[in-house]
Parts: sequence; C-alpha cells; structure tokens
Amino acid sequence: MPDLIEKKNAAIPAQRGADSAEPKPEKARSLGLDAWHDLRKRPIFIVSALLIVLLVLIAAAPGLFTSVDPRAGDLRNHYLTKPDWSDVFGAGWFGYDGQGRSIFARVIYGARASVVVGICVTVGVTVLGGLSGMLAGYFGGWVDAVVSRITDIFFGVPLLLGALVILNAFSVRTVWSVVFALVALGWTQMTRVMRGSVITVKQADYVTAAKALGAGTGRIMFKHILPNAIAPVIVVATIALGGYIATEATLSFLGIGLQDPTISWGIDINSAQKVIRTAPFALFFPAGMLSITVLAFIMLGDAVRDALDPKLR
Amino acid sequence: MTTALETTPKAKERLVPGTPLLEVRDLHVEFKTRDGIAKAVNGVNYSVAAGETLAVLGESGSGKSVTAQTIMGILDMPPGRVTAGEILYRGQDMLKMSGEERRKIRGRKIAMIFQDALSSLNPVLSVGYQLGEMFRVHEGASKKEAKAKAIELMDRVRIPAAAQRVGDYPHQFSGGMRQRIMIAMALALQPDLIIADEPTTALDVTVQAQVMDLLAELQAEYHMGLILITHDLGVVADVADKIAVMYAGRIVETAPVHDLYASPAHPYTKGLLRSIPRLDQKGEELYAIKGLPPNLYKVPAGCAFNPRCDVATDLCRTEIPALHQVTDRDGAELAGRKSACHLWKETLHG
Repeated sequence: MPDLIEKKNAAIPAQRGADSAEPKPEKARSLGLDAWHDLRKRPIFIVSALLIVLLVLIAAAPGLFTSVDPRAGDLRNHYLTKPDWSDVFGAGWFGYDGQGRSIFARVIYGARASVVVGICVTVGVTVLGGLSGMLAGYFGGWVDAVVSRITDIFFGVPLLLGALVILNAFSVRTVWSVVFALVALGWTQMTRVMRGSVITVKQADYVTAAKALGAGTGRIMFKHILPNAIAPVIVVATIALGGYIATEATLSFLGIGLQDPTISWGIDINSAQKVIRTAPFALFFPAGMLSITVLAFIMLGDAVRDALDPKLR
Repeated sequence: MTTALETTPKAKERLVPGTPLLEVRDLHVEFKTRDGIAKAVNGVNYSVAAGETLAVLGESGSGKSVTAQTIMGILDMPPGRVTAGEILYRGQDMLKMSGEERRKIRGRKIAMIFQDALSSLNPVLSVGYQLGEMFRVHEGASKKEAKAKAIELMDRVRIPAAAQRVGDYPHQFSGGMRQRIMIAMALALQPDLIIADEPTTALDVTVQAQVMDLLAELQAEYHMGLILITHDLGVVADVADKIAVMYAGRIVETAPVHDLYASPAHPYTKGLLRSIPRLDQKGEELYAIKGLPPNLYKVPAGCAFNPRCDVATDLCRTEIPALHQVTDRDGAELAGRKSACHLWKETLHG
C-alpha cells in the first residue's frame, strides 16, 4: 500500500503541530488526587480532619494531654468538687465523678475505646463487606443469590438488639468483643453498597476491553473494577464510622458494651445520669466529647462524599 | 525504535500468505431474553489470512459485533449462547478450548480495538499503566520494563511527547489520541489478528482518516490479519482487501473490495451503495432503503431482506437463499465473489 503510506507521511506533520498546540495539563491527576484537591478547599473537611487528627492523637497518646491517672479515685472529691476552670489541663478542670476520679482524665482516656472501636469496626465491615460484595457483584448467579439472601437475613436483625444478644454471650467484654459484635452485624451494609457498585462498573467497556486483552479474573476484579467501584463504599464507611462510635457508647451506657476497668464515654454517661440534677458536669463532658467525635466523622463522611461523587459537584 | 515492536523470531512462525489465520464456520449465536430468543448470528462463514483485511459491513443489529465478540470470547453468556459452528484459529476450534487457553490467546494472538476509546480505557489507571499491563500480564515484565515498553508503543502510534505523557490519564487525551492508545494496546504483543470493532465511529472525520491509515500501516508492517467491523462504507474502501456484508445475522455478499463497489451482486448491498450521499447528486433526494431493520426475534421467512427488497419474488419469501458463487456474463467464476440472493444474476448483470 504505497499510496497509503505516502498519505500517512503527509498527514503526520500537520497533526503533530495540532497536538502540540493543545494546552498541556499542569500535572497528571487521578480521580483520587482530584478528590483530594477538591477536599482541601472545603472548610467542613478541614475542621473535621483537624478534630479527627486531634482525637486520634488523644487516643494514641493520652499521656500527652493529662498526667492524672483516670482510675485513681479520691472519695473526698465525690461529685462535690465543681469544675475548676482555672485548673486548665489539671485533674479538677472538668470536676470529679462519683468515685472522685478526674473527669478530664477519664474523658481523655475514654477516647481510645471509641476511636479503636470506630476504626476497627469500619475496617472490618469494609473488608468483609467489600469482599463479599465484590464476589456477589462480579460473579452474579448463585454466588450473588446466596450472598444477597445472607445480607437480607442480617438486615432483619436490628443492630442494637443483635449486639445485645452477641455481647451477652461474653463473660468478659473488651473492646474486641464489641468490635466483633458490630462487625458481625454491620458488614452486610457494605456488601450491598459494594455489590451494586461492582455491578455498575462490571458493565463498563474498559472491563470488556481488559478481558479482550487477556487479563485474568483476579486482575480484572482488583485492578480494573475495585478502584472504580470503591468510592461509594468509602463514603458509606466514613459516615458509618461515627455511627459505630455512637453504638459503642450506647451499648456501654446500657451496661452491655464495655465494662470497668475499661474507660469509655458510654460507661461514664451511664454512671452520671443518676446525678444529673446535682452534678450535670459529670454527664456533660463525656457526652459532649462523644457528640463532637461522632459529628467530626459524619462531617468528614459528608465532605468525602461530595468530593468523590461528581454528580453532587 | 528498538526491541519490543521490531520483527522478532515470532515472524517466522507466521503462516504463508493466503492460508486462513482465522476461519469462522457456520456460526450461530442467539440470546435468550425475556421477550424470547433473539437469533443474532445465523450461520456466518468467513476467513482472514495473515496480512489480509476483511471488512465486515452491516447495519446495527446485523450480528457483526456479536460475531466478533464470540471470536474474542467476551460475549456475555448467558444471555448469549453459541448454538452451532466453529471458530478455527490456526486450525484449532477455539469454542472447544478451556477458559485458560482462550485467555492466553486473547491479547497475545488475537487482540481487539473497541469503538469508544474513552469508555474502553480505565479512568482510574494511567495510560502507561494500562499499556504496560499487557507486558506484565502476558510476559511477566517488571514495572520498569513495562513502562519503557509503554512509552515505546506510544511513540509507535505517534503520540507526541510520549515519555512525558505516559503517566497521564485517559481523560487528558483527545479522542484521536485515545484511539491510538487503544491501537497501541492491541498491537503491544504483536498479535496475529486484530479485530477492530468500529474503530473510528466515535472520531471526527479528519481524525478517522489518520487513525485508519495508522492501523493499515501497522497491519502491513507486522503482517497481521485484520477484521474491520464497520457500518461506514467510506472507511472500508481504502483499507480493506475483501468485504463481507451482513444482514440479519447472515452474510449476504462477499467480494473483493473494488468489485463490490463497482458491481454489487445483492440488492441490499446495492441499496447501501445508493444511499451514500454523492456530490454529483446535489439537490436530489437521498436514496434510503425502505422499511426497518429486521426484528431478530422474528426474522422474516425466506430471505430476511425480502420485505425491504424492490425485486423480491415469491421464492424470496419462502426459501432462504444459499450463498451462491457469482459468475460473470460468460459463466466464469469471479474469484471470492458470493451472493446470498436468488436473483443475483439479475442484480449483478441486469
């Protein structure tokens, strides 16, 4: 085809010129990077991210924030001592609880249980739900039918009631038994989200193209589908994280979650409710911290959703 | 330009020109849907030799893409189902191979170029990664090697500043550039056969020509077989060696490209050629084949084209025409020309 090649050669310089005139984008940006650029400009994200960084720091190293032992009780301080506002970061800053323990120290040390439960449950449900949702969505057929029926069954079990039943089976309840109960009951929510997302992505042309170019099942699932299907799961997981923290506090409040000597905001809220009239500060500080924490994670989830979902832009 | 795309020892194992690389024999594919069974492909036969370009021409729903997807093994089954026929690649029936055997052929021996390059490239992976993936999956190349080869491939398909753009994402390229990347991906491992499913439909007319020329040039260089699926008669004329026209899941006419344009032997082909706008017909009404494309759930009895055909007879309404060998006025066989029309003589000579 000599005529063809001649034509080709004539076409190249013109076309080269046209392409170099095209404005060069400043830098290659993936979807994730794009979302990051978007997030950085959002005040909600900045506020919630700062709060979360602070909370995680408190959870990781409570000793940095208080030198008081949260378990050391001096009954002379039994609810009587009102918060001492001049004693910033000191033992008496937020007052003392019924056993004369520093409420400030307990609020600081209580962050660990909440943050650990929140993060571990979220990671657990995301991995478990993500994997099962991926399998159900990708393979369809009977795999999908089985997984979907299992998620349906779990949806019939109220989270709180189910957790009560599971946790009752533990004689000693630690952070890990609470994590176990919440993961066992919560993973199906992620399965649903992931399954729907995978089904949508699976039909994309680039998945067919990858198949046509010889990619195997594993590669298609984890390199081509997963990165495109994960965004809704991340959004739901971030928002749910706050919910898990609240659930842990609820369970502890009901006396079925964490137990003494573990320090948890839920336990402290429970013991403070009896003295709400005489010593409201004993309830106010752990409850306030809990609210701020849950709020921070939900705000983060909102910001992440806005950044990852182009339809909302 | 070094290594990856230069002629390797692989060239020696290539077939002698003329012997079919891929042969589709009496292929039947149907789709089971809620509304019934749609017969998408009803006995297609065609073959491609190394270095040869076969254009498969047909309107939407004529079964051309389904045939291609069946060859690639990317047809969704279910609802799709191959009910009869064989697909021979170098004499081996691919329909009888295991999934793993077929996967090894895909991409390495037979590659495909898709219509819409934007949706066929993964938006979250850089083009360099996706190009390099070919070498990583099939040849176990390291990340670094794969990247170097990706740059080389991008150079090969004339993407300017390949080394700088290798990390860019699909949405940062123009339509023509993206299609070049798809071509590069298909060519990466020097397959024997490329199936291009409407490779230029999503492109501007000017870019169409560039992409087609590039494809034809690379095909000639590597001596590959090319199946070009299209509904655009203009695209075909320059690059194809032979044409197969499909209608309602059957091949209605095959011919060397210039013969088909000069003297169609099937009323459908004739209608298609007449409906191309021409400069010398300015002001006249453009011809259109009357009627609607066939309903695949209920293909008409006899010749599927008969309800739309100007010359249909009673025979056409009852008996499915065989693919007749076409002869000239003196009865001498015309090489490579076949027509599935009872009235091919009248159509061709009359």
